[in-house]
Amino acid sequence: MKSSYMGKIARINLTTREVKVENLDYELAQKFIGGRGLGTAMLYDEGIATVDPLSSDNKLIYITGAMTGTASPTSGRYMVVTKSPLTGMIASSNSGGIWGAKLKYAGWEALIVEGKADSWVYINIVDDKIEILPADEYVGMLSEEADAAFKKVHEKASVLNIGPAGEHLSLLAAIMNDKDRAAGRSGVGAVMGSKNLKAITVTATKNTVEPHDAAKLKTAMANSLKKIKENAVTHAGLPTYGTAVLVNIINNTGAFPTKNWQESYFPEADETSGETLKEKYLVKNNYCHRCPIGCGRVVTIDGEAKGGPEYEPLWAYGGNCGVKDLNAIDKANFYCNEYGLDAISTPCTIAAAMELYQHGCIKDEECDGMPLAWGNAEAIVEWTKRMGEASSPLAKLMADGSYRLCKHYGHPEFSMSVKKQELPAYDARAVQGIGITYATSNRGGCHVRGYLISPEVLGLPEQLDRTTTEGKATWCKIFQDLTAVIDSMGLCLFSSFALGAQEYADLLNAGTGTNYDVAGLLEVGERIYNIERLFNKAAGMKPEDDRLPKRLTEEPIVNGPSEGMVSQIKVTLPQYYEVRGWKDAFPTKETLDRLGLVEKY
Amino acid sequence: MLEVRLFATLRENREKIYFFDAQLFNTVYDVYEYLGIQEDEVSTLLINGFHSKPETQIHDGDILALFPPVGGG
Repeated sequence: MKSSYMGKIARINLTTREVKVENLDYELAQKFIGGRGLGTAMLYDEGIATVDPLSSDNKLIYITGAMTGTASPTSGRYMVVTKSPLTGMIASSNSGGIWGAKLKYAGWEALIVEGKADSWVYINIVDDKIEILPADEYVGMLSEEADAAFKKVHEKASVLNIGPAGEHLSLLAAIMNDKDRAAGRSGVGAVMGSKNLKAITVTATKNTVEPHDAAKLKTAMANSLKKIKENAVTHAGLPTYGTAVLVNIINNTGAFPTKNWQESYFPEADETSGETLKEKYLVKNNYCHRCPIGCGRVVTIDGEAKGGPEYEPLWAYGGNCGVKDLNAIDKANFYCNEYGLDAISTPCTIAAAMELYQHGCIKDEECDGMPLAWGNAEAIVEWTKRMGEASSPLAKLMADGSYRLCKHYGHPEFSMSVKKQELPAYDARAVQGIGITYATSNRGGCHVRGYLISPEVLGLPEQLDRTTTEGKATWCKIFQDLTAVIDSMGLCLFSSFALGAQEYADLLNAGTGTNYDVAGLLEVGERIYNIERLFNKAAGMKPEDDRLPKRLTEEPIVNGPSEGMVSQIKVTLPQYYEVRGWKDAFPTKETLDRLGLVEKY
Repeated sequence: MLEVRLFATLRENREKIYFFDAQLFNTVYDVYEYLGIQEDEVSTLLINGFHSKPETQIHDGDILALFPPVGGG
């Protein structure tokens, strides 16, 4: 059947240097859509849940979404699925740019990379030809330099690479593509580094993906595009200010974690906001492949035009480190991209180190002349570089994230993380629903797996009371399930400010020939959320891993509009498990049966 | 005293922040009118950090924060 699936998977063994071509399991694809869902199901079937994440037994699946590369708006995305060395659980980290679409245009649904090369290599893909080539000369290169160097050899290629952080096996290492786009979270770059794999270059002759029904897709695409163009967020808010526009609204609700979440309101936040970024530093917008939104920023850093920050690093380097110097934040974020570091977990780990320094746990002599003091703008830049280079014992420790850092100094409570992954930019004491998302995220601390900030703060699709718990478990489940669908289709989550489940169903049905209605599509999302949970269970996850840091449940907010509030996760978590059909954090047999997972899993 | 903070596009041709005598206004609608802001331009109205409606009565010491439709993640 004609469909937007390419139908071919390359299994690349770096130990034996063999490449095998396998056929896509269409039945499995229909059940899990593609991208995040299909990648997780494949990884589970490969028996990866129990392996050491940094051993040659782990596998890396680079997988496109069912709609990646099609005419659907925001269809440039791909997913990296592997076992995370940071969390020890499922990692599925996605990125935009054009690399994912190129992989599909070259004819590949996914790459399964296994084994370990005995020296540094890169994989070069030109349509159906795949070769493993020596990469010694590229080792140590920063992301921009590596991108340019590979393009000298492979002129028309899109480049995916790790930076020095991945080479050093930093547990915060990202996988970069197209210079400054990042599959940022859960340490996926370290898995690539552990296999001595520096890069994957992709050149494609074609630039289209044929859908199941071109006429239907044209109609569905036109409808989606119209909604995106008419929506005030996707048409105006995001293109004008980028995601950085959130700085002020989150701060003004008193949900802006400050100084490693010791406070929740940052008086100088406006100096680090999207408005200030636009006024003083913005050069132009940056667009991913087939994106009509253009939330990406190109900004001036010390007089040069470079990739600019999202809301998350603006917060994490800004208020969370007590820093108000926007140029320094831009620069530190730029070095995250250059060294290939997670731009959320890296600054959050610096913030945790600053709290350790505040309490005298980290001493001046460990800081090599750059004190980890609150508000030290030079420190956020310098310590990012040091973490990227693993250039001192403390930097090496920090490069493995706040959980291991804080545990080392005897204060695990300073690590603001879930499942050892750092939490993002919204205080779950001030916004009750997002705490459920954080606690139950299968990949650890994360906001984009059920973005309840949308209804609880931004009023989309309707305004909920951020202070209450009622109904939040149900909202969380629906958001988590729909997000799993969007991630598996290979589309950008930001399209969901304008599109609903019906629009996604229309696009997917036209692309792949499925016949999902809204309920059916959400059930696929639910299946994906459950298979991720099954992976985590097999990997050794315990019910107590679905927990928030004590600070959020036991220390009331000390300043700003939300003063006095704590997270009510103890109320909402049992409600959530009930809504999910889970017992003690894991799906019941009845739930698995309903989702068609019992037989196979 | 009433503090009014404007954000994003609402700052165009206006100040970022205003301080008024709170007694000049009855409800938030009066503030909109004074600043030439249409009701549908404001997607989020926070009074002292909490989502509110424009018919809300103004009190001395209130901080208003006004946002057009914004999103991100």
